[in-house]
Amino acid sequence: MDLKPLTYLVVGATFALYIGIALWSRAGSTKDFYVAGGGVHPIANGMATAADWMSAASFISMAGLIAFMGYGGSVFLMGWTGGFVILAMLLAPYLRKYGKFTVPEFIGDRFYSNAARAVAVVCLIICSVTYVIGQMKGVGVAFSRFLEVDYATGLLVGMAIVLFYAVLGGMKGITYTQIAQYCVLIMAYTIPAIFISLQLTGNPFPQLGLGATLSGGDTFLLDKLDQMVTELGFAEYTTDVRLSGLNMFAYTASLMIGTAGLPHVIIRFFTVPKVRDARSSAGWALVFIAILYTTAPAVAGMARLNLMQTIEPSPGEHLAYEQRPQWFKNWETTGLLEFEDKNADGRIQYSADSAVNEMVKVDPDIMVLANPEIAQLPNWVIALVAAGGLAAALSTAAGLLLAIASAISHDLLKGMIAPSINERQELMASRIAMAVAIACAGYLGLNPPDFAAGTVALAFGLAASSIFPALMMGIFSQRVNKEGAIAGMVAGIGVTLFYVFQHKGIMFISSTAFLGDMPANWFLGIEPNAFGVVGALVNFTVAFSVSSLTTKPPESIIELVESIRVPSGAGSANDH
Amino acid sequence: MSQLSHDRAKAYWRRNLALVGKLLVIWFVVSYGCGILFVDALNEIQLRGFKLGFWFAQQGSIYVFVGLIFYYTRKMGQLDREFGVDED
Repeated sequence: MDLKPLTYLVVGATFALYIGIALWSRAGSTKDFYVAGGGVHPIANGMATAADWMSAASFISMAGLIAFMGYGGSVFLMGWTGGFVILAMLLAPYLRKYGKFTVPEFIGDRFYSNAARAVAVVCLIICSVTYVIGQMKGVGVAFSRFLEVDYATGLLVGMAIVLFYAVLGGMKGITYTQIAQYCVLIMAYTIPAIFISLQLTGNPFPQLGLGATLSGGDTFLLDKLDQMVTELGFAEYTTDVRLSGLNMFAYTASLMIGTAGLPHVIIRFFTVPKVRDARSSAGWALVFIAILYTTAPAVAGMARLNLMQTIEPSPGEHLAYEQRPQWFKNWETTGLLEFEDKNADGRIQYSADSAVNEMVKVDPDIMVLANPEIAQLPNWVIALVAAGGLAAALSTAAGLLLAIASAISHDLLKGMIAPSINERQELMASRIAMAVAIACAGYLGLNPPDFAAGTVALAFGLAASSIFPALMMGIFSQRVNKEGAIAGMVAGIGVTLFYVFQHKGIMFISSTAFLGDMPANWFLGIEPNAFGVVGALVNFTVAFSVSSLTTKPPESIIELVESIRVPSGAGSANDH
Repeated sequence: MSQLSHDRAKAYWRRNLALVGKLLVIWFVVSYGCGILFVDALNEIQLRGFKLGFWFAQQGSIYVFVGLIFYYTRKMGQLDREFGVDED
């Protein structure tokens, strides 16, 4: 069967499955809509969290970035998994014990202030919308390839589908559909990786294949890769540090604490029956995530090797442009891959030297989708990867939109502005909020601030600098009061946003970047994507200083903090 | 639901923090330590095709993270039962 109809078939079938599940388990009450009735098993919840968590950034973008960053790409691998350790040990069990619907609700109660809650809502919206922009980039890439149109058209189609999908179901629909999406996306990721690992090394486990010798020889795959990239003038793959050790440190830390501060992930831990389950849910989530995250570096290394061997089959022998494979032509249509014949010899030269390099644009976000085609795998595998990429983007976008919707309708509207609205009106408001959020994210996604994974990293930095410190101090300090928490959140996200905007443009519109996106202007050489950890330090410092100068929290709050530290007595998530 | 006395609650919390502190040291060492700070030294050691520091950064740290969370879950379960604050 031809690739195109086959892709339509596979993608169509998986979509029918998700929508079927969403319809079958349509949210009835507001409680179902937000937290799935509080009765989801830890393994099921772990799987759904994994799908929620692994977005277009993990699936479509990350391995491509690692393929071109080499060792420097490790920041994504360690950062996006290590955060679960913090989440499991420092946040999830306590937030579950507290038993509310949303993150701003906890912050508002713990810091006995509607102002704190409102600030948390704003922070949540800023980081979630940034995150959705990253998803939109991924969706746009996937649809532009799949429909063979340019990137902007692909993005519009993606927006419509994500909106339709997220508005339909609430958390309950999402929990079960996300389990289905996890299964689709993990198969779509591992099957081509296994094929390619077998092709290159004869080892069926990509994790081991990356460290194995190439078939029919005794050269290690990574040694061969190092040799090939250095011959073309690139930095050695396995030791290519991202800017500096300090920058890698900050980048990893920002992603880790951002993971633990992202509202749509935290909200997942409200849906398990017990505090104990909140701990093990994080563990299960990480198991399911690790399957993809340990495969990704293998995909990255092998994709880079295959790409280079396609373009330059043996040293000095360059691929003729006329004989370029079909995948090359298809990606040229999307505008994400460009060739320019600088020396007019009709052949493709690939080099680190920009004067000689003729692969003038290779968007890293295309690598995972192109990888099975480059490796000449069967068509059904390629179709499966398209379905997996869309599953990843959809599941996360839906989870994020839900977090945004609940912040607006539940915290802002029902909690503060109009407490008298009924459930129907609250649901309606949350659906409108989703539609507005997706329109904003789609518009900004037309010119995203970075590749999908980079944009998502910015979102993590914002979460790291605002929500994570407030939650930590809420649980681990009895002294931090409302003035401290509010000042801390405002200072943390303020510093981070200012730093990001001055280098990436106000609202990420790059023409408004008043300092330009250049390393010379970076504070201590830390890139904007990695700045969240600095924002978090500012947040902690300001919060503790302000708290020590103002009055202690009331006695009832100290009792509240003491009660969330002990697991017994947790009811199901409820509205009080 | 059992209520802990103030002192018992304090003791429970201290044990909890001690466990978490210990595990976070390991967490830090395998990622920031082996994966970033000491990566050059570890890269001198070869693990099949992998340089060891590179392996920690792209594979090893992730396996350790998974182990840490399950160990924590088990230990906290024991601690909860010891203090009679488990949920059964």
